[in-house]
Amino acid sequence: MSGILVVLEQGQGKLHKMALEALAAGQQFGAELGLPVFAAVPGHDVGALAQTLSEYKLDKIHAVSHPLLQDYTPDGYTAALRQLIEAHQPQFVVFPHTYQVRDFAPKLATALGRVLVSDVVGHRVDGAEGGKSLVAVRQLFQGKMNADVRFTGDAPHFLSVQAGAFRAEHVQGGVGVVETFTPELKAEQIRTKPLELFRESARAVDLGAAEIIVSVGRGIKEAENIAIVQKLADALGAELAASRPICDNGWLPMERQVGSSGQTVAPKMYMAVGISGAIQHLVGMKGSKVIVAINKDPEAPIFEVADYGIVGDLFQVVPALIDELAKARG
Amino acid sequence: MKIVVAIKQVPARDSLLKVSPSGTWIEDADLSYEINEPDAYALEAALQLKEKQGGEVVVLCAGPERAGQTIREALAKGADRAIHVETGEEGVTDPLALGRIMAKALGTEHPDLVLTGLQSDDLGFGQTGVILAELMGLPHGTLIMHVEPEGAGIRVKRELEDGWFQHVDMPLPALLTIQSGATRLRYATLMGIKKAKSKEVKRLSAADLAEPVEVAPATIRVERIYLPEKSKRSQVFDGPPKEAAAQLVEKLRFEARVI
Repeated sequence: MSGILVVLEQGQGKLHKMALEALAAGQQFGAELGLPVFAAVPGHDVGALAQTLSEYKLDKIHAVSHPLLQDYTPDGYTAALRQLIEAHQPQFVVFPHTYQVRDFAPKLATALGRVLVSDVVGHRVDGAEGGKSLVAVRQLFQGKMNADVRFTGDAPHFLSVQAGAFRAEHVQGGVGVVETFTPELKAEQIRTKPLELFRESARAVDLGAAEIIVSVGRGIKEAENIAIVQKLADALGAELAASRPICDNGWLPMERQVGSSGQTVAPKMYMAVGISGAIQHLVGMKGSKVIVAINKDPEAPIFEVADYGIVGDLFQVVPALIDELAKARG
Repeated sequence: MKIVVAIKQVPARDSLLKVSPSGTWIEDADLSYEINEPDAYALEAALQLKEKQGGEVVVLCAGPERAGQTIREALAKGADRAIHVETGEEGVTDPLALGRIMAKALGTEHPDLVLTGLQSDDLGFGQTGVILAELMGLPHGTLIMHVEPEGAGIRVKRELEDGWFQHVDMPLPALLTIQSGATRLRYATLMGIKKAKSKEVKRLSAADLAEPVEVAPATIRVERIYLPEKSKRSQVFDGPPKEAAAQLVEKLRFEARVI
């Protein structure tokens, strides 16, 4: 194959919302490196779903189908994709950085003696014609630093792309042909037994409906201090939300959590108070129309997505803001 | 039940980071360090399992000499003994090379369960647990909220995206990466701190355990690290709080028009 293989995640017959972002990334790498792009959709009876990908510019779509791939397991997915990779020998294998990918892609890369470069946010291609190589950009220190990572040694090279780093609407249309790949799998290879999916009690708070959200993070230091941010939310007529650590500590209920493990929101205004802006939080709110950050650290990653910000001690800034809002309302 | 918990020492959360002259790591001389928070949840899960099931909790930590402090803290919280794989100042930054070292360090331990945090707050690959599982030939589960015995194995509760969860059954031995939030972290007691001083810490050298380059060459190379460029032009006010608050409210009213 000697190209770029994009592994597209699906569940219950539907593509994962980040699948097309990975496809856009793969197509972009392919265009810049001069390599053909292939897609793989693992699962059981995924032929029809794979067929929907034929409207994209792809050299081939592999429907990696087997009854033992009906329910996701790391053992099943790893074995199946390893066989596909060994049969077709792609140079790059690209994944969306989903929870499922985090669960099996490092295992697959390790089985082949490689490192998965996870959570890629950007890239560049350098080198002369015929010897071009890809440099992936990923984040360190919770988004405070970036690193340029070069793939060395022999292919295949593995990478997963972060939510929002590549845009699904940039996927190029064209024609792709579906081919079924049937891996050899035995039930005894699969050591874990997944049971039914479930949700905890229904959410009483729908942050998605809020026009303004005031969200609080670690900077608040103590549970008792949440009250001052609640006051700010009240002054703005906003819903109160939080980053994961606040909910982990039980200071606010889990249903008020924004981020990859909580709710995804896109209000008219999102005001982040004492939130540094780790990617797990950013993916849940970066679609907001106006983002305001209040943080004492001017280098906090939240300022990278903020439209407006105040650098300062939230315990002084928040009361001042409440006063100013009252004044403005007259 | 014999449980190994892999923990890491990372720069304290509020650290102001500077790139080192090498350009590939940070200036680490003046930083303070703490346990990687996701690993603290893995340690907590291990200690709770031991309290319920009995057994032993062994801490595994790869890091420079200063990581000894983090190991002592884990012992003070209730771990029984530790294996410290001593590395150079930067630690081992290639996750596969580190996994190989850790697997070898656990060579004769034969744990029933290996627990790790779900990611590190410094490198953030989020892979050490899964890599270690593959190298040790163990089944695994990631983002685990809860573990309970089920027959000869365990049943775990996994966190999925968008508020979904799933139970998964698996045999032992197994490896789990632990999600935060299911439990509260404990503090070390005075008694615990006293006892920790006499607990065993086995020291191994990462250099002795590492595979030779000919056998396992690195497949990635960090060329440089740097502060990210801002993707948005943000208007930031950093004057006195009252002034900054007034400027912000003005902007929100008349420019962004959101209030």
